[in-house]
Amino acid sequence: MTTRRRSSYPLGLLALRTVAAWGVALLLFFPLAWLLLTAFKTELQAIAVPPQLFFIPTLENFHEVQERSDYLLYAKNSVITSVLSTVVGLMLAAPAAYAMAFFKGKYTKDILMWMLSTKMMPAVGALVPIYVLAQKSHLLDTQLVLIIVFALSNLPIMVWMLYSHFKDIPREILEAARMDGATLWQEVRLVLLPLGMGGLASTGLLCLVLSWNEAFWSLNLSAAKAGTLATLIASYSSPEGLFWAKLSAASLMAIAPIVVFGWFSQKQLVQGLTFGAVK
Amino acid sequence: MNRLLPRLLLTPAMATLFLWMIVPLVMTIYFSLIRYNLMQPDQTGFAGMENFEYFVTDPSFGTAVVNTLLLLGSVILITVVFGIAIALLINEPFAGRGIVRVLLISPFFVMPTVNALMWKNMMMNPIYGVLAQVWMFFGAQPVDWLTDLPLFSVIVMVSWQWLPFATLIFMTSLQSMNHEQLEASRMDGANYLQQLRYLYVPHLARSVAVVVMIELIFLLSIFAEIYTTTGGGPGDASTNVTFLIFKQALLNFDAGVASAGALFAVVLANIAAVFLIRMVGKNLDK
Amino acid sequence: MAYLQLRGIEKFFGEHRAIKGIDLTIQQGEFIVFVGPSGCGKSTLLRLIAGLENIDGGSLMLDGRDITDQPSSKRDLAMVFQSYALYPHMSVYENMSFALKLAKVDPAIVREKVERAAAILNLTTYLQRTPKELSGGQRQRVAIGRAIVRAPKVFLFDEPLSNLDAALRGQTRVEIAKLHRDLGATTIYVTHDQVEAMTLADRVVVLRDGLIEQVGTPLELYDKPANQFVAQFIGTPQMNVVPLQQLPAPVQQQAPAGAAGGAIGLRPENIAVRSTGTTPVSGQVDLVEALGAETLIYVSTPGGAQFVSRQNDRTGLRAGDAVSLDIDASQAHWFDPAGHVVAGQGA
Repeated sequence: MTTRRRSSYPLGLLALRTVAAWGVALLLFFPLAWLLLTAFKTELQAIAVPPQLFFIPTLENFHEVQERSDYLLYAKNSVITSVLSTVVGLMLAAPAAYAMAFFKGKYTKDILMWMLSTKMMPAVGALVPIYVLAQKSHLLDTQLVLIIVFALSNLPIMVWMLYSHFKDIPREILEAARMDGATLWQEVRLVLLPLGMGGLASTGLLCLVLSWNEAFWSLNLSAAKAGTLATLIASYSSPEGLFWAKLSAASLMAIAPIVVFGWFSQKQLVQGLTFGAVK
Repeated sequence: MNRLLPRLLLTPAMATLFLWMIVPLVMTIYFSLIRYNLMQPDQTGFAGMENFEYFVTDPSFGTAVVNTLLLLGSVILITVVFGIAIALLINEPFAGRGIVRVLLISPFFVMPTVNALMWKNMMMNPIYGVLAQVWMFFGAQPVDWLTDLPLFSVIVMVSWQWLPFATLIFMTSLQSMNHEQLEASRMDGANYLQQLRYLYVPHLARSVAVVVMIELIFLLSIFAEIYTTTGGGPGDASTNVTFLIFKQALLNFDAGVASAGALFAVVLANIAAVFLIRMVGKNLDK
Repeated sequence: MAYLQLRGIEKFFGEHRAIKGIDLTIQQGEFIVFVGPSGCGKSTLLRLIAGLENIDGGSLMLDGRDITDQPSSKRDLAMVFQSYALYPHMSVYENMSFALKLAKVDPAIVREKVERAAAILNLTTYLQRTPKELSGGQRQRVAIGRAIVRAPKVFLFDEPLSNLDAALRGQTRVEIAKLHRDLGATTIYVTHDQVEAMTLADRVVVLRDGLIEQVGTPLELYDKPANQFVAQFIGTPQMNVVPLQQLPAPVQQQAPAGAAGGAIGLRPENIAVRSTGTTPVSGQVDLVEALGAETLIYVSTPGGAQFVSRQNDRTGLRAGDAVSLDIDASQAHWFDPAGHVVAGQGA
């Protein structure tokens, strides 16, 4: 008996399934597709009734968004805060994850659980104190405060993910390096890092996505100077005049890179956000 | 293998997390017990349970709690039910499955503010929005979603965003199902519905629990969508507990009352958290 | 002069005393096998020697040097792990040359040594491959090659054959024996398989619960086990150990005084199955296993004792047949109630 896996259901059922799946997928994706289209329309085309499917695409919205609202500034803030908070997070999380994965102690499990529990506190619980602290130390509306807050919010997730990646590296490979005469630093540099690079990258990617999309803290702690793209988009909530096409263009630019990253980080997302509870 | 090294390595992460947890918590407790208005920082004084009373007797409090529960309940229900359905649908291979997966998970990675405004304007606008046009196509009167059904609109937005998360989790869980078990059941004469009931659902029970708990924790803090679309209104029709606290803190500048509210939210979240932690703990032991 | 000397070695895991005081002397060039049931501490002991775990008590001397507190990287020992532990991101050549590179050996010399080791192990054509492109047997040879290249003072093997299939296991066992003969290196080899112990070792160390039960050459352990545990651990099928009271009186009387209340131990080849009624010990056949070159006959007696007999001839006996057992008391081992060997008339 050959072991080639075929769907053992009748062909008609397969066709039905294909149609249904595509139908659901297209339906759910539709708002984003519409956003994509609208970004390339003129304002008038955007609000046309009935909605226009065919039109000549234009790039004017992208230009206008740049000029009017200093899009680049907000984009720069998003990039800087996401990237730096990821870097800071990794620098804090990696040693901790390494210690717990390879030097398992009596309290390792408790520490991991405790870190998990700090993520459980809703952000709103820390809103007032953080706001007051930021205000008192003149850090409101600065990149620094966002970097710190993003890094700390995501730290538990990063520690967990790195921990489970490091645990997948067989301890014996590191022991073999030790037997071969490697010092601790050589062990880390020549064996651990190459093997753990995948885990570091995917953890970093997840953190990048989470920081980029972070809206709660961005909206409350930043404004015109350090505002991220989330803040910029929020400012479109009640503007004047026709703005749908520009909103779409701005939104598209804000979400495109992350959505694409997301396509590549599905597995990490599941592991990271469920703290490994679902494999 | 000295003991010092691992402890040193753990310290930065643990110290910062500890501070991140303790400092706001202590401050929140402190603020909740004093009179503290950000606009009048010199007016302080012990307030005892006053802030809690004030928060709880706020006319919007009851509504906010109800809204929060409705929001949580509806989103969880929608995401779990449809999540399972979609995960089952795409569990078997078919043409273009990879693309379908990509399309399905995209909404989760959209920034909440973009999500909100996209729905508010392009979809839900009563005149030019897509939904309005579809309604008119069928000859019905378009619905002014955000004005007439504010909470429902928020539920739609949030569900749309979190459905991919649930679907992804269920897809992952289904893929770890034992194929041989399914084949054995087929040989035992089970049809699809029976397989659903006796094999799929019990296997999924665990990930349903995880999804419910994660969503409970994260959805409690729904904020951006409300902030950018309805502003909690009209009135307080779409205010949840988080938004209520925000209003107190940054619109009324009453840090004391906001802190009292925050503690309330923290307690709520912790109830759900306890269960999740236990689940994850069991997994760690394996 | 002892090459490797263990004195009073102890290891605690939390409250649990895993290694309870081990004394052992190993000469240069010896092939020593640590053998014992799961959890006896053989792997732990190996790891203590390797330096992968800290020694909590006692001392470890290698070639006159005290290495008790030395880190693994400085002990000049090489280990072949059960899972091979090859570096997945390096080629076979890089795996084998890693230690020498770390020691900053001249690349030309490194190349020479690696190629020589690869030739011995038939790995020359695989030098540029990565571990995942190799079969299990090939990976194992790379693990051994990695150790050979370093020419360490002692080779440590941690159950190296347990991940191989049966055919490969037998083959590799022979290759390891030949390697030891050609290189003459001091080797410590851990296994739970007593066949490997018997065939590879110059001396065998039998461990149980963190203590040494007996040290000796394979045949010493087979012929003169110090206690019941060693007697039953070495030898397949297991030695028949039967409590004295389950035996008929004529046999009981042959037991030495110290064995009262204890048991008799007989190797299967020292029990012969004869026609019923010819000896004082009668029984009934439970099962016959015809293995081709030898036949095993399982017999139980009315006293409740169960015996396995081994013979080279084929038999026509079947389950249920009544038989007699011919017990060669001169080959018997006698055990007291605590399991210690008692010097007897035949021993």
